[in-house]
Amino acid sequence: MLAPVNHILALTTILRERVLPINGKVIARLNQKVSPMDVIAEASLAREHVLLDVGRVLNLAPNAADSLILCKVGERVLAGSVIATGRGWMPKTVKVPRDGKVVVTGGGQVLIEVGESRIELRAGIPGNVVQIIPERGVVIQTTGALVQGVWGNGRVDTGLLTNLAEQPDSVLTAGRLDVSLRGSVIIAGQCKDVDTLQAAAELPVRGLILASLFPSLLSVAREMRYPIMLTDGFGSMPMNSAAYRLLTTNVKREAIIKAENLDRYSEARPEVIIPLPVSSEPDPPQEVTQFAAGLTVRLRRPPAAGMIGTVSTLHPGLTTLPSGLRAPAADIKLENGEQVLIPLINLEVVG
Amino acid sequence: MPTSLVQGDSLLAVNIGAATTRAVLFDVVEGEYRLLASASSPSTVGAPFQDVGEGVRNTIHDLQSVTGRTLLNANGLITPSQPDGSGVDAFVSTLSAGPVLKTAVVGLLDEVSLESALRLAEMTYSRVVDSVGLNNHRKADQQIDTLLRLQPDVVIITGGADGGASRSVNKMLEPVGLAGYLLPPEKRPAVLFAGNQKLDDEVKGLLGNVTSSLDFSPNVRPSLETEDLEPAARELAHMYLGVRRRQLKGLDVIANWANGEVLPTAYAQDRMVRFLSQIYAGSKGLLSVDIGASAAVIAAGFGQRSTLGVYPQFGLGENLPSLLQYTTLEDILRWSSLDISTGLLRDYIYQKALYPSTIPATKEDQAISQAVTRQALYLAVQTARRNFPRSVRVPRPGLLPSFEPILAGGGALGDAPTDGQSLLLLLDAIQPTGLTTLILDKNDLLPLLGAAAARNSILPVQILESGAFQSLGTVVSITASASYGTLVARVRLTYDDGHEAQADVKYGSLELLPLGNNQSAKLTLRPSHGADVGFGPGRSGAVRVSGGALGVVIDGRGRPLVLPDDPVRRHELVKKWLWSVGD
Repeated sequence: MLAPVNHILALTTILRERVLPINGKVIARLNQKVSPMDVIAEASLAREHVLLDVGRVLNLAPNAADSLILCKVGERVLAGSVIATGRGWMPKTVKVPRDGKVVVTGGGQVLIEVGESRIELRAGIPGNVVQIIPERGVVIQTTGALVQGVWGNGRVDTGLLTNLAEQPDSVLTAGRLDVSLRGSVIIAGQCKDVDTLQAAAELPVRGLILASLFPSLLSVAREMRYPIMLTDGFGSMPMNSAAYRLLTTNVKREAIIKAENLDRYSEARPEVIIPLPVSSEPDPPQEVTQFAAGLTVRLRRPPAAGMIGTVSTLHPGLTTLPSGLRAPAADIKLENGEQVLIPLINLEVVG
Repeated sequence: MPTSLVQGDSLLAVNIGAATTRAVLFDVVEGEYRLLASASSPSTVGAPFQDVGEGVRNTIHDLQSVTGRTLLNANGLITPSQPDGSGVDAFVSTLSAGPVLKTAVVGLLDEVSLESALRLAEMTYSRVVDSVGLNNHRKADQQIDTLLRLQPDVVIITGGADGGASRSVNKMLEPVGLAGYLLPPEKRPAVLFAGNQKLDDEVKGLLGNVTSSLDFSPNVRPSLETEDLEPAARELAHMYLGVRRRQLKGLDVIANWANGEVLPTAYAQDRMVRFLSQIYAGSKGLLSVDIGASAAVIAAGFGQRSTLGVYPQFGLGENLPSLLQYTTLEDILRWSSLDISTGLLRDYIYQKALYPSTIPATKEDQAISQAVTRQALYLAVQTARRNFPRSVRVPRPGLLPSFEPILAGGGALGDAPTDGQSLLLLLDAIQPTGLTTLILDKNDLLPLLGAAAARNSILPVQILESGAFQSLGTVVSITASASYGTLVARVRLTYDDGHEAQADVKYGSLELLPLGNNQSAKLTLRPSHGADVGFGPGRSGAVRVSGGALGVVIDGRGRPLVLPDDPVRRHELVKKWLWSVGD
């Protein structure tokens, strides 16, 4: 059976696509070395539109109104400027209410985009631009440690890794967050209250890497302007030992916390990247593998949800689970020596 | 490319769900179609696989292992079947996997065409993100901005009786056309126009170049009094595949194997319900429920009329947290036999959404899972009930009409550890009334037969009669107002060999009388205290019933089913009911 892989890797080659949400201009060049804050592409986006019904204002049929429209598609127009004038000795006029750009004319109407804003896409990770995606963005390659998570609040930032979790299940409280942590990406276990999230915002921190979060805090976590990534899930789950070990051994290093929203249908997944220098390029991570004895796995659901273990035996065919269900399953030896029977579908390979 | 299916050909059918992909092989055995084997494996629509075809091929490989028949080679599916026994003559597929379709509906009057558009959207895996009608006071430019921000996958446009006014409809089309023009081509919506047919050419002119696809169906409201959703639902099913082909990698290959026709699972399910409802039309309707990771689907047939409701908000996969917008944690936990905290349940719901295909491995996890399934299915049935024809008789306002039979499928139902657990889950969630047969579709055959029906009309009929569906038994659901422990009915089952089984049914209890599969017997029911056992309040009667895995089940718990507020008493009762059904 195919096994999904959750990447917790001390050193790997990482390729990440960075693209604009709409077409724009790619600034970065092929083979360019970029740092996380470098702008690699930009676009302008109109937030609003204004539809001016010239025909109705001038009391004319659409075709007749079209012949009186003075502006052209693509033309920039200023607030108050006249875009159509009626006929007669006291003609009515149609004026533009806000500065904008004409995007459509026809049918006696003019559509203007207003409130234009500029989008700047930053590299997000340091590395080399290995591919240009015309009008959309680039693919960046870097090397370093990689820890994937299960949930992110959609923010991205960079900072020095600092550990506040003495144990994988330590609970982060507001009292632990002092001014010395300003600008840090903090490794913590669990977060159980709003005050802690807000205290981190007030410093501010550059990111929170949590094992788990109470679901009741999700709406607040989404609003925070700093990135929050969960390594394991919701409730009171401790951080899985593989992620905890890797993160805590990289303390004081620069880390990029890409707390992207998990999207099952795209490649978007929250992750922490710790760039590391290499003499030779390590292998890129494997996305999928086959279950086999000896593999290190993480348990996605009870019993022992979030824990790391090793596949000791793969059972042939279907096995009856304690729940009464029958499914392909394996015996997993947990790090504490305990052996548990787990359906394969509840496992992911760590690697 | 498979050849067209002719009677007597073998058929491979695949259902691609959000969590599980299932393959079923049908072939002719001794002159009749039979289900030869089925296999299932995890779907690969999402990360990290991102290829629908991977899961389909894995499942067919498993099917090959079970049957010993080679179905795939390096080029793909082997079609037609070969002299050496490999391959298959035809292939059909259904699909429910993929993100919920963001849908905008556009109509004229709120209670007329717009309501029809909303009902139509509810017939597929969609979530209505915007609704625009004549009573909507947003300006056209605001409507354009909303469409640009929401970027719907599908826009359904209705409005105008055939041959009626066209100006208002044209006005409604403008924002859709302008938004489509402004969106990048790959983000333009697929548009279905199901309004005044006189406007088809104008719609083509306005929207033809600014949509990802533009389809037309007969008017859903040809006149003010008439609603006909079926032709538009068929068109919507066609559009659904088009949208999914753009969204899901690997679907093109599967669609090619299926001669370009992959049906939405819910649509295929509804097709079978309509078919069965017409050929087995009795005085009662027919109900089909299906609950899985992507949605809860409720299809009901009432002779020539049918209703279909697809509810992604009650799906048990990635959308699971949205269930909490419709219910409370306490209402979910009322179904649990174990003492589980609301915090643990909340964590479960959010964690399950991260890993939709995972299954419960412990008893506690199983208890939570079944409680969530019960409540989600209960809510889906209650939502669907509002669309049942008003002419259908119900024993009391707010209750379901009596159906015969009730078919239940979907991963969450078919995978229950015991038949008793499946039965109790269905009784709790659906709360049927009167006499009915409960049938479990463990292999999710119903939609696959619906997909096959268009190309082979004999196969579904023969499979239905072959015993491929499992009867859980005949259920008598008593409607009564009584206190716990009060006698509400005396029942007697007279077997063909003359011996009898009897039970006194007390309010709040479940009674089972043994009657095996393929057996039938005479059931005599004598209600007390004005209870309705299916013949009307207080009326006795006798009826011939069929057996099943659980025999004849008398549900004396009343309708609607009200559980005690006291958690200790409630847990005891739920455990007692589980024990009654043999768990």
